[in-house]
Amino acid sequence: MNNGSALIELRGASVRFGKVTALAEAHFVLRPNERVVLVGSNGSGKTTLLRALHGQIALHGARRVAGGREPTQAMVFQRPFLLRLSVWHNLMIALWLAGVPARERAARALQSLERVGLADQRPRPARVLSGGQQQRLALARAWGVRPRVLFLDEPTASLDPHAKREVEALIEAFAAEGMTVVMSTHNLGQAKRLATRVVYLEAGRIVVDLPTALFFDQSLPEAAAQFVKGESPWQ
Amino acid sequence: MAAFGESLHAAVQLVVGLDAALAGVVSLSLAVSASASVLAAGFGLAGGAWLAVARFPGQRALVALLNTLLALPSVVVGLAVYLLLSRSGPLGDWGILFTPSAMVIAQTILVLPVVTALTRQLVADAAHGNGEQLRSMGAGAFMSALLLLLHERLALVTVLLTAFGRAISEVGAVMIVGGNIDGVTRVMTTAIALETSKGDLPLALGLGLVLLAVVGAINVAIALVQRLHLMREGAAR
Repeated sequence: MNNGSALIELRGASVRFGKVTALAEAHFVLRPNERVVLVGSNGSGKTTLLRALHGQIALHGARRVAGGREPTQAMVFQRPFLLRLSVWHNLMIALWLAGVPARERAARALQSLERVGLADQRPRPARVLSGGQQQRLALARAWGVRPRVLFLDEPTASLDPHAKREVEALIEAFAAEGMTVVMSTHNLGQAKRLATRVVYLEAGRIVVDLPTALFFDQSLPEAAAQFVKGESPWQ
Repeated sequence: MAAFGESLHAAVQLVVGLDAALAGVVSLSLAVSASASVLAAGFGLAGGAWLAVARFPGQRALVALLNTLLALPSVVVGLAVYLLLSRSGPLGDWGILFTPSAMVIAQTILVLPVVTALTRQLVADAAHGNGEQLRSMGAGAFMSALLLLLHERLALVTVLLTAFGRAISEVGAVMIVGGNIDGVTRVMTTAIALETSKGDLPLALGLGLVLLAVVGAINVAIALVQRLHLMREGAAR
Protein backbone atom coordinates (compact mmCIF):
# COMPACT_ATOMS: atom_id res chain seq x y z
CA MET A 1 0.00 0.00 0.00
CA ASN A 2 1.45 3.33 -1.01
CA ASN A 3 -0.16 5.37 1.74
CA GLY A 4 1.01 3.95 5.04
CA SER A 5 -1.89 5.33 7.03
CA ALA A 6 -4.63 4.25 4.61
CA LEU A 7 -7.07 1.60 5.81
CA ILE A 8 -8.59 0.89 2.40
CA GLU A 9 -7.53 2.19 -0.97
CA LEU A 10 -9.13 1.98 -4.39
CA ARG A 11 -7.00 2.61 -7.46
CA GLY A 12 -8.70 2.99 -10.80
CA ALA A 13 -11.65 0.95 -9.56
CA SER A 14 -14.47 0.46 -12.05
CA VAL A 15 -17.69 -1.47 -11.66
CA ARG A 16 -19.97 -2.33 -14.56
CA PHE A 17 -23.42 -3.88 -14.53
CA GLY A 18 -23.85 -5.05 -18.10
CA LYS A 19 -23.44 -1.94 -20.25
CA VAL A 20 -23.91 0.45 -17.32
CA THR A 21 -20.81 1.81 -15.63
CA ALA A 22 -21.74 2.25 -11.99
CA LEU A 23 -18.27 3.32 -10.89
CA ALA A 24 -15.60 4.67 -13.22
CA GLU A 25 -11.87 4.77 -12.50
CA ALA A 26 -12.33 5.66 -8.85
CA HIS A 27 -9.31 6.59 -6.77
CA PHE A 28 -10.14 6.67 -3.09
CA VAL A 29 -8.09 6.49 0.08
CA LEU A 30 -9.78 5.88 3.41
CA ARG A 31 -7.72 6.83 6.44
CA PRO A 32 -8.29 5.88 10.09
CA ASN A 33 -10.85 7.90 12.06
CA GLU A 34 -12.19 9.67 9.00
CA ARG A 35 -15.88 10.38 8.63
CA VAL A 36 -16.48 10.36 4.93
CA VAL A 37 -19.88 11.24 3.53
CA LEU A 38 -20.71 10.35 -0.06
CA VAL A 39 -23.25 12.60 -1.76
CA GLY A 40 -24.73 12.72 -5.22
CA SER A 41 -27.96 12.18 -7.10
CA ASN A 42 -29.68 8.81 -7.38
CA GLY A 43 -27.62 6.51 -9.56
CA SER A 44 -24.46 8.55 -9.12
CA GLY A 45 -22.56 5.55 -7.74
CA LYS A 46 -22.60 6.17 -3.98
CA THR A 47 -23.79 2.69 -3.03
CA THR A 48 -21.47 1.05 -5.56
CA LEU A 49 -18.52 2.93 -4.09
CA LEU A 50 -19.54 1.81 -0.60
CA ARG A 51 -19.82 -1.80 -1.77
CA ALA A 52 -16.48 -1.56 -3.54
CA LEU A 53 -14.79 -0.21 -0.42
CA HIS A 54 -16.47 -2.93 1.66
CA GLY A 55 -15.16 -5.57 -0.74
CA GLN A 56 -18.64 -6.81 -1.55
CA ILE A 57 -18.46 -6.34 -5.28
CA ALA A 58 -16.21 -7.49 -8.11
CA LEU A 59 -14.32 -4.59 -9.63
CA HIS A 60 -11.75 -3.80 -12.29
CA GLY A 61 -8.76 -2.02 -10.87
CA ALA A 62 -7.25 -2.44 -7.45
CA ARG A 63 -8.58 -2.55 -3.91
CA ARG A 64 -5.90 -2.65 -1.26
CA VAL A 65 -6.14 -2.92 2.49
CA ALA A 66 -3.62 -1.92 5.14
CA GLY A 67 -1.03 -4.64 5.69
CA GLY A 68 -2.89 -6.91 3.27
CA ARG A 69 -5.34 -7.79 6.04
CA GLU A 70 -8.99 -6.78 5.85
CA PRO A 71 -9.86 -4.40 8.70
CA THR A 72 -12.91 -5.51 10.70
CA GLN A 73 -15.86 -4.00 8.86
CA ALA A 74 -19.62 -3.80 9.13
CA MET A 75 -22.24 -2.30 6.89
CA VAL A 76 -25.65 -0.88 7.71
CA PHE A 77 -28.15 -0.66 4.88
CA GLN A 78 -31.04 1.71 4.24
CA ARG A 79 -33.52 -1.09 4.95
CA PRO A 80 -31.85 -3.54 7.30
CA PHE A 81 -32.64 -7.20 6.73
CA LEU A 82 -33.79 -8.69 10.00
CA LEU A 83 -34.54 -12.37 10.35
CA ARG A 84 -38.01 -13.41 11.55
CA LEU A 85 -36.59 -13.99 15.00
CA SER A 86 -36.37 -12.00 18.20
CA VAL A 87 -34.20 -8.92 18.58
CA TRP A 88 -31.87 -10.96 20.77
CA HIS A 89 -31.48 -13.83 18.30
CA ASN A 90 -30.84 -11.44 15.42
CA LEU A 91 -27.99 -9.96 17.37
CA MET A 92 -26.59 -13.30 18.54
CA ILE A 93 -26.60 -14.65 14.96
CA ALA A 94 -24.81 -11.54 13.68
CA LEU A 95 -22.12 -11.92 16.34
CA TRP A 96 -21.82 -15.63 15.57
CA LEU A 97 -21.40 -14.89 11.85
CA ALA A 98 -18.74 -12.31 12.70
CA GLY A 99 -16.81 -14.95 14.61
CA VAL A 100 -17.27 -13.53 18.11
CA PRO A 101 -16.32 -16.35 20.51
CA ALA A 102 -19.30 -18.13 22.10
CA ARG A 103 -18.28 -17.21 25.67
CA GLU A 104 -18.31 -13.50 24.81
CA ARG A 105 -21.41 -13.46 22.63
CA ALA A 106 -24.19 -12.95 25.17
CA ALA A 107 -22.37 -10.20 27.07
CA ARG A 108 -21.47 -8.46 23.81
CA ALA A 109 -25.05 -8.72 22.56
CA LEU A 110 -26.42 -7.19 25.73
CA GLN A 111 -23.82 -4.43 25.62
CA SER A 112 -24.73 -3.69 22.01
CA LEU A 113 -28.44 -3.48 22.76
CA GLU A 114 -27.79 -1.22 25.73
CA ARG A 115 -25.58 0.93 23.52
CA VAL A 116 -28.47 1.65 21.14
CA GLY A 117 -31.18 1.74 23.82
CA LEU A 118 -32.93 -1.50 22.84
CA ALA A 119 -32.07 -3.71 25.81
CA ASP A 120 -35.71 -3.84 26.90
CA GLN A 121 -36.77 -4.99 23.42
CA ARG A 122 -34.75 -8.24 23.57
CA PRO A 123 -37.61 -10.75 23.40
CA ARG A 124 -39.67 -8.91 20.79
CA PRO A 125 -39.77 -10.11 17.18
CA ALA A 126 -37.29 -7.91 15.33
CA ARG A 127 -39.63 -7.27 12.42
CA VAL A 128 -42.32 -5.66 14.55
CA LEU A 129 -39.98 -2.89 15.71
CA SER A 130 -40.50 0.59 14.29
CA GLY A 131 -38.30 1.74 11.39
CA GLY A 132 -36.05 3.73 13.73
CA GLN A 133 -35.73 0.83 16.17
CA GLN A 134 -34.91 -1.57 13.33
CA GLN A 135 -32.14 0.74 12.18
CA ARG A 136 -30.85 1.00 15.74
CA LEU A 137 -30.84 -2.79 15.92
CA ALA A 138 -28.84 -2.86 12.68
CA LEU A 139 -26.41 -0.40 14.26
CA ALA A 140 -26.20 -2.61 17.36
CA ARG A 141 -25.44 -5.57 15.12
CA ALA A 142 -22.65 -3.58 13.49
CA TRP A 143 -21.32 -2.09 16.74
CA GLY A 144 -21.20 -5.54 18.37
CA VAL A 145 -18.67 -6.64 15.79
CA ARG A 146 -16.36 -3.80 16.94
CA PRO A 147 -15.62 -2.73 13.38
CA ARG A 148 -12.64 -0.62 12.49
CA VAL A 149 -14.64 0.66 9.51
CA LEU A 150 -18.39 1.18 9.48
CA PHE A 151 -20.16 1.60 6.15
CA LEU A 152 -23.62 3.12 6.14
CA ASP A 153 -25.81 3.24 3.04
CA GLU A 154 -28.39 6.02 3.47
CA PRO A 155 -29.12 4.82 7.01
CA THR A 156 -31.68 7.52 7.77
CA ALA A 157 -33.36 7.81 4.36
CA SER A 158 -36.62 6.14 5.33
CA LEU A 159 -36.89 7.39 8.91
CA ASP A 160 -38.99 10.10 10.52
CA PRO A 161 -37.14 13.16 11.88
CA HIS A 162 -37.05 11.85 15.46
CA ALA A 163 -35.67 8.45 14.47
CA LYS A 164 -33.29 10.21 12.08
CA ARG A 165 -31.86 12.24 14.97
CA GLU A 166 -31.48 9.13 17.15
CA VAL A 167 -29.62 7.23 14.44
CA GLU A 168 -27.46 10.24 13.61
CA ALA A 169 -26.52 10.65 17.28
CA LEU A 170 -25.47 7.00 17.41
CA ILE A 171 -23.34 7.32 14.28
CA GLU A 172 -21.68 10.37 15.76
CA ALA A 173 -21.03 8.54 19.04
CA PHE A 174 -19.57 5.52 17.21
CA ALA A 175 -17.27 7.81 15.24
CA ALA A 176 -16.23 9.54 18.46
CA GLU A 177 -15.23 6.12 19.82
CA GLY A 178 -12.69 5.88 17.00
CA MET A 179 -14.66 4.06 14.32
CA THR A 180 -13.89 5.09 10.76
CA VAL A 181 -17.18 5.91 9.08
CA VAL A 182 -18.13 6.00 5.39
CA MET A 183 -21.73 6.96 4.77
CA SER A 184 -23.86 7.79 1.78
CA THR A 185 -26.68 10.28 2.11
CA HIS A 186 -28.86 12.74 0.22
CA ASN A 187 -29.02 14.95 3.25
CA LEU A 188 -26.44 17.71 2.96
CA GLY A 189 -27.20 18.96 6.46
CA GLN A 190 -26.27 15.53 7.74
CA ALA A 191 -23.07 15.66 5.70
CA LYS A 192 -22.24 19.02 7.26
CA ARG A 193 -22.92 17.74 10.77
CA LEU A 194 -21.21 14.35 10.57
CA ALA A 195 -18.48 14.44 7.95
CA THR A 196 -14.82 15.35 8.11
CA ARG A 197 -14.67 14.86 4.35
CA VAL A 198 -17.32 15.01 1.63
CA VAL A 199 -17.15 13.17 -1.66
CA TYR A 200 -19.46 14.15 -4.51
CA LEU A 201 -20.16 11.59 -7.22
CA GLU A 202 -21.76 12.02 -10.57
CA ALA A 203 -22.46 9.32 -13.15
CA GLY A 204 -20.15 6.90 -11.37
CA ARG A 205 -17.24 9.33 -11.13
CA ILE A 206 -15.76 10.99 -8.07
CA VAL A 207 -16.01 14.65 -9.05
CA VAL A 208 -15.23 16.35 -5.73
CA ASP A 209 -13.36 15.01 -2.70
CA LEU A 210 -12.77 17.71 -0.09
CA PRO A 211 -12.67 18.30 3.66
CA THR A 212 -16.16 19.27 4.80
CA ALA A 213 -15.43 22.94 5.47
CA LEU A 214 -13.91 23.38 2.03
CA PHE A 215 -16.70 21.45 0.32
CA PHE A 216 -19.34 23.84 1.56
CA ASP A 217 -17.26 27.02 1.23
CA GLN A 218 -15.20 26.55 -1.89
CA SER A 219 -16.48 27.17 -5.36
CA LEU A 220 -17.38 23.74 -6.65
CA PRO A 221 -17.69 22.42 -10.18
CA GLU A 222 -21.00 23.45 -11.76
CA ALA A 223 -22.88 20.15 -11.23
CA ALA A 224 -21.73 19.80 -7.62
CA ALA A 225 -22.60 23.44 -6.89
CA GLN A 226 -26.09 22.88 -8.30
CA PHE A 227 -26.46 19.76 -6.18
CA VAL A 228 -25.47 21.65 -3.03
CA LYS A 229 -27.98 24.36 -3.93
CA GLY A 230 -30.61 21.69 -4.16
CA GLU A 231 -30.91 21.68 -7.91
CA SER A 232 -30.54 18.67 -10.12
CA PRO A 233 -27.60 18.94 -12.53
CA TRP A 234 -29.79 18.16 -15.54
CA GLN A 235 -32.30 20.95 -14.85
CA MET B 1 -76.56 -37.45 -7.23
CA ALA B 2 -77.86 -40.66 -5.66
CA ALA B 3 -74.41 -42.23 -6.04
CA PHE B 4 -72.85 -39.22 -4.37
CA GLY B 5 -75.33 -39.43 -1.50
CA GLU B 6 -74.63 -43.13 -1.11
CA SER B 7 -70.90 -42.52 -1.13
CA LEU B 8 -71.24 -39.87 1.54
CA HIS B 9 -73.28 -42.28 3.63
CA ALA B 10 -70.67 -45.02 3.06
CA ALA B 11 -67.88 -42.66 4.02
CA VAL B 12 -69.61 -41.57 7.22
CA GLN B 13 -70.32 -45.20 8.13
CA LEU B 14 -66.70 -46.17 7.48
CA VAL B 15 -65.34 -43.35 9.60
CA VAL B 16 -67.90 -43.48 12.41
CA GLY B 17 -67.76 -47.28 12.56
CA LEU B 18 -63.97 -47.10 12.96
CA ASP B 19 -63.62 -49.82 10.38
CA ALA B 20 -60.37 -51.65 11.19
CA ALA B 21 -59.45 -52.29 7.55
CA LEU B 22 -60.06 -48.63 6.71
CA ALA B 23 -58.00 -47.52 9.71
CA GLY B 24 -55.14 -49.73 8.48
CA VAL B 25 -55.32 -48.31 4.98
CA VAL B 26 -55.49 -44.71 6.25
CA SER B 27 -52.63 -45.16 8.71
CA LEU B 28 -50.42 -46.82 6.09
CA SER B 29 -51.20 -43.98 3.64
CA LEU B 30 -50.27 -41.40 6.26
CA ALA B 31 -47.12 -43.26 7.31
CA VAL B 32 -45.83 -43.79 3.75
CA SER B 33 -46.58 -40.25 2.55
CA ALA B 34 -45.35 -38.58 5.74
CA SER B 35 -42.09 -40.58 5.61
CA ALA B 36 -41.62 -39.67 1.95
CA SER B 37 -42.32 -36.00 2.68
CA VAL B 38 -39.87 -35.94 5.60
CA LEU B 39 -37.16 -37.61 3.51
CA ALA B 40 -37.79 -35.27 0.59
CA ALA B 41 -37.76 -32.31 2.98
CA GLY B 42 -34.35 -33.38 4.32
CA PHE B 43 -32.78 -33.22 0.88
CA GLY B 44 -35.12 -30.74 -0.82
CA LEU B 45 -34.97 -27.92 1.73
CA ALA B 46 -31.18 -27.90 1.85
CA GLY B 47 -30.81 -28.47 -1.89
CA GLY B 48 -33.39 -25.85 -2.87
CA ALA B 49 -31.97 -23.24 -0.53
CA TRP B 50 -28.45 -23.88 -1.75
CA LEU B 51 -29.57 -23.68 -5.39
CA ALA B 52 -31.13 -20.30 -4.62
CA VAL B 53 -27.95 -18.69 -3.33
CA ALA B 54 -25.06 -20.57 -4.95
CA ARG B 55 -23.63 -19.57 -8.32
CA PHE B 56 -21.99 -22.22 -10.50
CA PRO B 57 -21.79 -23.14 -14.20
CA GLY B 58 -24.88 -25.01 -15.36
CA GLN B 59 -27.04 -23.67 -12.54
CA ARG B 60 -29.73 -22.35 -14.89
CA ALA B 61 -29.89 -25.67 -16.73
CA LEU B 62 -30.24 -27.46 -13.40
CA VAL B 63 -33.07 -25.14 -12.33
CA ALA B 64 -34.82 -25.70 -15.67
CA LEU B 65 -34.48 -29.46 -15.22
CA LEU B 66 -35.79 -29.19 -11.68
CA ASN B 67 -38.82 -27.21 -12.81
CA THR B 68 -39.46 -29.79 -15.53
CA LEU B 69 -39.41 -32.55 -12.92
CA LEU B 70 -42.33 -30.84 -11.17
CA ALA B 71 -44.51 -32.52 -13.77
CA LEU B 72 -42.87 -35.92 -13.28
CA PRO B 73 -45.59 -38.54 -13.92
CA SER B 74 -46.04 -40.82 -10.95
CA VAL B 75 -46.28 -43.95 -13.13
CA VAL B 76 -42.88 -43.14 -14.64
CA VAL B 77 -41.39 -42.87 -11.15
CA GLY B 78 -43.13 -46.12 -10.19
CA LEU B 79 -41.75 -47.87 -13.24
CA ALA B 80 -38.21 -46.59 -12.65
CA VAL B 81 -38.25 -47.63 -9.00
CA TYR B 82 -39.79 -50.98 -9.98
CA LEU B 83 -36.94 -51.62 -12.45
CA LEU B 84 -34.36 -50.64 -9.80
CA LEU B 85 -35.86 -52.81 -7.06
CA SER B 86 -37.02 -55.80 -9.10
CA ARG B 87 -35.11 -59.03 -8.55
CA SER B 88 -33.03 -58.50 -11.71
CA GLY B 89 -32.53 -54.78 -11.02
CA PRO B 90 -29.40 -53.18 -9.53
CA LEU B 91 -31.07 -52.86 -6.11
CA GLY B 92 -32.88 -56.19 -6.29
CA ASP B 93 -30.79 -57.55 -3.39
CA TRP B 94 -32.57 -55.20 -1.03
CA GLY B 95 -35.69 -57.32 -1.44
CA ILE B 96 -38.07 -54.48 -0.69
CA LEU B 97 -40.25 -54.49 -3.82
CA PHE B 98 -43.95 -54.71 -2.88
CA THR B 99 -43.27 -53.36 0.61
CA PRO B 100 -44.08 -49.97 2.15
CA SER B 101 -40.34 -49.15 1.97
CA ALA B 102 -40.47 -49.29 -1.81
CA MET B 103 -43.53 -47.04 -1.73
CA VAL B 104 -41.68 -44.52 0.45
CA ILE B 105 -38.75 -44.48 -1.98
CA ALA B 106 -41.05 -43.92 -4.97
CA GLN B 107 -42.99 -41.12 -3.29
CA THR B 108 -39.77 -39.49 -2.06
CA ILE B 109 -38.50 -39.33 -5.64
CA LEU B 110 -41.86 -37.99 -6.75
CA VAL B 111 -42.05 -35.12 -4.23
CA LEU B 112 -38.36 -34.24 -4.03
CA PRO B 113 -38.57 -31.90 -7.07
CA VAL B 114 -41.65 -30.24 -5.55
CA VAL B 115 -39.88 -29.46 -2.27
CA THR B 116 -36.63 -28.45 -3.97
CA ALA B 117 -38.17 -26.21 -6.64
CA LEU B 118 -40.59 -24.41 -4.31
CA THR B 119 -37.90 -23.95 -1.66
CA ARG B 120 -35.49 -22.59 -4.27
CA GLN B 121 -38.05 -20.05 -5.43
CA LEU B 122 -38.97 -19.02 -1.89
CA VAL B 123 -35.37 -18.59 -0.76
CA ALA B 124 -34.37 -16.86 -4.01
CA ASP B 125 -37.12 -14.30 -3.43
CA ALA B 126 -35.99 -13.79 0.17
CA ALA B 127 -32.34 -13.53 -0.90
CA HIS B 128 -33.13 -10.87 -3.47
CA GLY B 129 -31.82 -7.67 -1.93
CA ASN B 130 -31.13 -9.36 1.40
CA GLY B 131 -28.44 -11.84 0.43
CA GLU B 132 -25.89 -9.04 0.22
CA GLN B 133 -26.64 -8.04 3.80
CA LEU B 134 -26.05 -11.60 4.98
CA ARG B 135 -22.80 -11.77 3.00
CA SER B 136 -21.80 -8.44 4.50
CA MET B 137 -22.25 -9.98 7.96
CA GLY B 138 -19.94 -12.83 7.02
CA ALA B 139 -22.36 -15.54 5.89
CA GLY B 140 -21.18 -17.68 2.96
CA ALA B 141 -23.56 -19.15 0.40
CA PHE B 142 -24.48 -22.21 2.46
CA MET B 143 -24.93 -20.27 5.69
CA SER B 144 -27.07 -17.67 3.89
CA ALA B 145 -29.19 -20.52 2.56
CA LEU B 146 -29.71 -21.95 6.05
CA LEU B 147 -30.55 -18.55 7.54
CA LEU B 148 -33.04 -17.77 4.79
CA LEU B 149 -34.65 -21.18 5.37
CA LEU B 150 -35.02 -20.25 9.01
CA HIS B 151 -36.39 -16.86 7.99
CA GLU B 152 -38.99 -18.41 5.67
CA ARG B 153 -39.95 -21.28 7.96
CA LEU B 154 -43.65 -20.42 8.02
CA ALA B 155 -43.93 -20.40 4.24
CA LEU B 156 -41.95 -23.64 4.13
CA VAL B 157 -44.75 -25.34 6.04
CA THR B 158 -46.93 -24.70 3.00
CA VAL B 159 -44.24 -26.21 0.77
CA LEU B 160 -44.17 -29.34 2.92
CA LEU B 161 -47.95 -29.52 2.90
CA THR B 162 -47.92 -29.29 -0.90
CA ALA B 163 -45.39 -32.13 -1.03
CA PHE B 164 -47.46 -34.23 1.36
CA GLY B 165 -50.58 -33.55 -0.68
CA ARG B 166 -48.83 -34.66 -3.86
CA ALA B 167 -47.55 -37.82 -2.15
CA ILE B 168 -50.76 -38.93 -0.47
CA SER B 169 -52.90 -38.31 -3.55
CA GLU B 170 -50.79 -40.14 -6.11
CA VAL B 171 -51.67 -43.65 -7.17
CA GLY B 172 -49.42 -44.64 -10.08
CA ALA B 173 -46.14 -45.08 -8.25
CA VAL B 174 -47.45 -46.85 -5.14
CA MET B 175 -49.57 -49.16 -7.27
CA ILE B 176 -46.56 -50.29 -9.31
CA VAL B 177 -44.00 -50.68 -6.52
CA GLY B 178 -46.42 -51.60 -3.74
CA GLY B 179 -48.69 -53.95 -5.64
CA ASN B 180 -51.82 -52.98 -3.65
CA ILE B 181 -51.52 -56.02 -1.39
CA ASP B 182 -54.36 -56.12 1.12
CA GLY B 183 -53.12 -55.40 4.63
CA VAL B 184 -49.54 -54.89 3.46
CA THR B 185 -49.25 -52.18 0.82
CA ARG B 186 -52.82 -51.07 0.25
CA VAL B 187 -53.20 -47.33 0.71
CA MET B 188 -56.19 -45.05 0.17
CA THR B 189 -55.51 -44.24 -3.48
CA THR B 190 -54.86 -47.85 -4.52
CA ALA B 191 -57.94 -48.94 -2.56
CA ILE B 192 -60.02 -46.35 -4.44
CA ALA B 193 -58.63 -47.60 -7.78
CA LEU B 194 -59.45 -51.18 -6.78
CA GLU B 195 -63.00 -50.45 -5.63
CA THR B 196 -63.62 -48.47 -8.83
CA SER B 197 -62.41 -51.36 -10.98
CA LYS B 198 -64.72 -53.69 -8.98
CA GLY B 199 -67.61 -51.33 -9.68
CA ASP B 200 -68.07 -50.41 -6.02
CA LEU B 201 -68.33 -46.70 -6.77
CA PRO B 202 -69.92 -45.59 -3.48
CA LEU B 203 -67.11 -47.18 -1.47
CA ALA B 204 -64.52 -45.72 -3.85
CA LEU B 205 -66.04 -42.25 -3.53
CA GLY B 206 -66.33 -42.72 0.21
CA LEU B 207 -62.62 -43.51 0.43
CA GLY B 208 -61.96 -40.46 -1.70
CA LEU B 209 -63.84 -38.30 0.77
CA VAL B 210 -61.89 -39.80 3.65
CA LEU B 211 -58.68 -38.98 1.78
CA LEU B 212 -59.83 -35.39 1.28
CA ALA B 213 -60.84 -35.13 4.93
CA VAL B 214 -57.42 -36.35 6.10
CA VAL B 215 -55.57 -33.83 3.92
CA GLY B 216 -58.07 -31.13 4.90
CA ALA B 217 -57.54 -31.80 8.61
CA ILE B 218 -53.77 -31.51 8.23
CA ASN B 219 -54.22 -28.32 6.25
CA VAL B 220 -56.43 -26.81 8.95
CA ALA B 221 -53.94 -27.79 11.66
CA ILE B 222 -51.09 -26.09 9.81
CA ALA B 223 -53.18 -23.00 9.12
CA LEU B 224 -53.94 -22.81 12.84
CA VAL B 225 -50.26 -23.03 13.73
CA GLN B 226 -49.48 -20.23 11.25
CA ARG B 227 -52.35 -18.13 12.58
CA LEU B 228 -51.16 -18.62 16.16
CA HIS B 229 -47.70 -17.48 15.14
CA LEU B 230 -49.08 -14.38 13.44
CA MET B 231 -51.24 -13.63 16.47
CA ARG B 232 -48.18 -13.87 18.70
CA GLU B 233 -46.35 -11.45 16.39
CA GLY B 234 -49.36 -9.14 16.42
CA ALA B 235 -49.46 -9.22 20.22
CA ALA B 236 -45.79 -8.25 20.29
CA ARG B 237 -46.45 -5.05 18.33
